[in-house]
Amino acid sequence: MSTETLIAGRRARVRRRSLLTGGLAVAVLVAFLTSLMVGNTFYGLDKVIRVILGETVPGASFTVGDLRLPRASLGLVTGLCFGVAGVTFQTMLRNPLASPDIIGISSGASAAAVIGLIVFSLSETAVSLLALLAALLTAGAIYLLANRRGFAGTRLILIGIGVAAMLDSLVSYVLSRAASWDLQMAMQWLTGSLNGATWSGVMPVAIACVVLVPVLLLHERHLGVLRMGDDSAASLGVRVQRTRIVLIVGAVALLAFATAASGPIAFVAFMAGPIAARIVGPGASLTLPSGLIGALLVLVADLVGQFAFDNRYPVGVITGVLGAPYLVYLLIRSNRTGSSI
Amino acid sequence: MIGVQPTVPPSDVARLRRSTAVRLTWLAVGLAVLALLFVLSVAFGTRVVSISDVFSALGGDTSGIAEAAVVKRIPRTVLALLVGAALALSGTTMQAVTRNPLADPGILGVSSGAALAVVAGIAFFGMSDPHAYIWVAIGGAALAAAFVYTVGSLGRDGATPLKLALAGAAISATFSSLVSAILLPRVDVLTTFRFWQIGGVGGATWERISLIIPFLVVGAAICFFSARGMNMLALGDDLAAGLGENVLRARLISAAGAVLLCGVATAIAGPIGFVGLVVPHLCRLLVGTDLRWLLPFSAITGAALLVAADVVGRVVARPQEIEVGIITAFIGAPFFIWIVRRQRVREL
Repeated sequence: MSTETLIAGRRARVRRRSLLTGGLAVAVLVAFLTSLMVGNTFYGLDKVIRVILGETVPGASFTVGDLRLPRASLGLVTGLCFGVAGVTFQTMLRNPLASPDIIGISSGASAAAVIGLIVFSLSETAVSLLALLAALLTAGAIYLLANRRGFAGTRLILIGIGVAAMLDSLVSYVLSRAASWDLQMAMQWLTGSLNGATWSGVMPVAIACVVLVPVLLLHERHLGVLRMGDDSAASLGVRVQRTRIVLIVGAVALLAFATAASGPIAFVAFMAGPIAARIVGPGASLTLPSGLIGALLVLVADLVGQFAFDNRYPVGVITGVLGAPYLVYLLIRSNRTGSSI
Repeated sequence: MIGVQPTVPPSDVARLRRSTAVRLTWLAVGLAVLALLFVLSVAFGTRVVSISDVFSALGGDTSGIAEAAVVKRIPRTVLALLVGAALALSGTTMQAVTRNPLADPGILGVSSGAALAVVAGIAFFGMSDPHAYIWVAIGGAALAAAFVYTVGSLGRDGATPLKLALAGAAISATFSSLVSAILLPRVDVLTTFRFWQIGGVGGATWERISLIIPFLVVGAAICFFSARGMNMLALGDDLAAGLGENVLRARLISAAGAVLLCGVATAIAGPIGFVGLVVPHLCRLLVGTDLRWLLPFSAITGAALLVAADVVGRVVARPQEIEVGIITAFIGAPFFIWIVRRQRVREL
């Protein structure tokens, strides 16, 4: 095979991936607009766009601008954050099951946020910061505990499961002391829900998203190298510890802000990466496609949860139920082939 | 089927074998500690009762407030004792059957199976009969155990600790989102469920205790009688088969005993994690790995641990109580992490 055919093949692959990523972005946009149009009253696309552009449309301005727009934006941004954070962990630990919601980092953010919400009744921004702090501490503790005689992804996962168990029991304790009204709110929040989204709740996570996603995208190249193992990565000129810490802090921060805003929406961080890998093909950069898949999952699941059943279910219930069979499939498949994503 | 192949240096091998005298001594110590904790458990609480009052109440005198408090605390203590023993036996058996140092009803998702079954029973079938609770919980536990073990042991290298733990964690996460899907629209069930969910022995009565005794006796008997078979399994499947053991049958029977014990304990006290994980490891250090000794000693230690956790929960936040499931998680999780750090876990 000559160099020219190799280069041509690579170009074709890159073009195909860009097309697929573009397609995903369009799908996210469609889901976003759909969730602005659909509801108890239907508003046409023209009205929705006029509201987004800042015009005052009788009726639609309130419903779309004040109710649906914050909700859809929250879904979009948190989904993006969950997807990016999840795939970063999965790639770094070389295991599709090692997403932050399984290895305990989400539990850290949840515990802090539940305590902030119920015990101290803090504001949204304060809860976000508290969740960020707790998630970073949890991740740091898990990392330090796992970093004995060299770093082992497996040990990190198992330690994460242990830490998650402890934090979950802390959450149970706080819930058992909560008043009935708080309890239902907290349960809803713990399941992951976009109900009651406000701009003041969306802002922290949106800012985090704008700042941190580019950072993670810039480090993505090194992430691919890290997958080959610490020694190979070091010999290829990657500063292993530093890169890993940047990636962990970035992903954890995204996760914490998203968790504080919407609650830990089950399985989005876990599902987005492997689905993206399936769509754009192996070896490609996964960060952006996973983020888009995450956003798509949350937006579609929220639509389904709101309108498909008699009861209105929060988005986390839908993603949780979707995630279950997928998870089993993934476990079986990765067991059979012994592969990672 | 082997998870972590322990590469024990010779000095440790010598330490794993204990003389009968040492074992009997530890057994006696364990029983003494348990008796002491029993007395402490009936003496401590919102009101502290003096030791002389405890003994007069145990003698049948119920005249004073102190004696009445003691009489009320006895069923609770007995329940903690039984549940602790059941969970420890279940954990020891699970670790032997899966040959996995991290096996525990909580980690493997078995308790969450029982929880989901109970919630579904309450919400969809209006279940309120305590007997039904127990059967439903056992069924849920058995299904979850079978499922996690099947999923975790597929693939080339069988049921490694990592795969089992991940399968368990994943199944727990799934089940808990199903539980919230069932509970969220039903506020009435939610309030009943949350106290059960945390794991507590506070609502004990003699009636409920007598309900679970037959199940516990059967489960414990199964575990004790399969001790010899499980000792064989520890040698590895091939060697056990060569020694004339029916490997599959031995594994299934002992697993059934473990699931029965765990399901009953979960039905009566809610999912209490980590007792089944911590106790076997502790006991192996003291009496060695022979299951014929390890099982009874685990039962005693488990009972003592849960009674102690219950006492701590009552004393720490007086006059409020912290449910025993929370205390065991806070003792157990660091222990779990310690085991993981000690072990040379293989990469998946």
